[in-house]
Amino acid sequence: MGSEEIDKGPVDARPGVRLALKPSPRTLDRPGKVAGTQTSVVFELDKLEVFYGAFRAVRSVSMQIFKNEITAFIGPSGCGKTTVLRSLNRMHDVTPGARVSGGLRYHTADLYAPHVSATEVRRRIGMVFQKPNPFPKSIYDNVAFGLRSKGVHAKSDIDSLVEKSLRGAALWDEVKDRLRASALGLSGGQQQRLCIARTIAVGPEVVLMDEPCSALDPVATAHIEELMRELKSKFTIVIVTHNMQQAARVSDRTAFFTTEVDAKFGLRTGTLVEYNATDKIFSNPGDERTERYITGRFG
Amino acid sequence: MDLPAGATETAEFSVAPDLTAKRSWRSVKSAIMTGLMTASVIAVAVPLVAVIWAVFARGLQVVVHGFPSFFVDEIPVIARKPGPGMGPAIIGTLLATGVATLIAVPLGVAGAVYLNEYGMKNRFSRLVRFMANVMTGVPSIVMGLFIYVTWTLRFGYSAFGGGLALASLMLPVVIGATEQMLKLVPNHLREASYAVGTSKSRTIMAVVLPAALPGIVSGSLLAVARAAGETAPLLFATGAATEYNLNPFVEANTSLSLQIFGNATSSFGAAQDRAWGAALTLVLLTFLITLVARFVTARFARIRR
Repeated sequence: MGSEEIDKGPVDARPGVRLALKPSPRTLDRPGKVAGTQTSVVFELDKLEVFYGAFRAVRSVSMQIFKNEITAFIGPSGCGKTTVLRSLNRMHDVTPGARVSGGLRYHTADLYAPHVSATEVRRRIGMVFQKPNPFPKSIYDNVAFGLRSKGVHAKSDIDSLVEKSLRGAALWDEVKDRLRASALGLSGGQQQRLCIARTIAVGPEVVLMDEPCSALDPVATAHIEELMRELKSKFTIVIVTHNMQQAARVSDRTAFFTTEVDAKFGLRTGTLVEYNATDKIFSNPGDERTERYITGRFG
Repeated sequence: MDLPAGATETAEFSVAPDLTAKRSWRSVKSAIMTGLMTASVIAVAVPLVAVIWAVFARGLQVVVHGFPSFFVDEIPVIARKPGPGMGPAIIGTLLATGVATLIAVPLGVAGAVYLNEYGMKNRFSRLVRFMANVMTGVPSIVMGLFIYVTWTLRFGYSAFGGGLALASLMLPVVIGATEQMLKLVPNHLREASYAVGTSKSRTIMAVVLPAALPGIVSGSLLAVARAAGETAPLLFATGAATEYNLNPFVEANTSLSLQIFGNATSSFGAAQDRAWGAALTLVLLTFLITLVARFVTARFARIRR
């Protein structure tokens, strides 16, 4: 589990004040930290719960997610890992009936404070989805879309940022001669890298990835994984994956979720079992359920 | 290789498996259903072809005789006098349909955006959806009567009044078609837009509406084509003119549909000829509008595929 100590820093959620731009300079003492690196906490979840209508999908998740690391969420279907991921950039706002309770802080700002704009949140915390979902527009317009939403209109600025983002997503060499062609003509792996380019174009701090490789073949998967390792120096990445080998390969820290029968509602609900450095989780898990899952003796 | 008891390798491959189609009840059923469907297609196509044939056969000579005078000359005041034209009626139809389109399409699309993107299932949008459905069922002559009472009695005959009546007829069609098209826009496109920090309004303007555009244009065109051929509501609101009236807001106007009705029910052969000519003109005009709109949409959606 992450640090039990919850920092009660100033919450930047005064009426009319948007999210604090500057990352917190604080570094928190944490168990299982990677030797020699000191990184700050980007997300702090404190007994986070997510409901769909009356159904409690996720029960009491507390953890910290650290800057410039890849944090992987693993676990069986229905364990709430995607649900937790989507609460990190307020994607649940667009799901009718979805509700989040408990604490969720992004640096020092409460993400669910009344005056926080979900649009501002998502500009800093981007998301890549399971199924590649480029817009039915040209490759160029896909990457430029977020920039234009952000208010960048000068063509030279957009041109250079589009190139930079496509290079960042390791796609530039493949598409530089057909930027005006439809994005839907790309292969699945290229489309997913385009979606990553589109996400990083607006200059977020965090990139959330919801099973980004589950629709891709092994070659494209290897491409994306390599890309994630490169992106780590500039972005904080949180990835949901069904593929344990992938979590072991790319992530610094792994959170294992599972389902349990909710005593209060009598339904299966997701919960966080164990959160630790990835090598620790995969070599010496602290919980029997984690061990059963990673060794394949779990349903 | 492990073989089942009694089987040998040669026995397995010496005889080619029989893959030929067998006569069966299933293949008979297939043939019957295929026949029925072909017959339905023909049954649908026959009246359509017959209508177009009749209009061309009777109207073409009227229209091409002394071309292009039929399209530009004013309508003869004396019905039995032979000769062209239908110019004022073409203008009148364009004016009334144009007014109706300018009112009904923006309102209808905006309404559908509210219903599908904002209202969803709340009580108000359910009421609006229900009222739109009811409006689809209102006979066009009743709509004309309504405009006659609320507009024409106060402001007099005009193409604008006719346009108002046509707009009331088009509105529910445009709302319905647009809402269906917005429903078809996959949610993952909206999520992709939100995920890069785009506001809801810009998501609708830059992602949802462009994705639904071809469908919205098709639905609106259907409504425009229907409106262009409507006669009953115009009887009340447009009046009857034989001269050009380019101002949609004042004075009586006319339309192709009104001229078809008036001339076809006349006992004079010359008038009946003009009715056929007007009918052909209306068909061509509708076809032209559809063609132009499709072309424009295709330009908009060129990158998509």
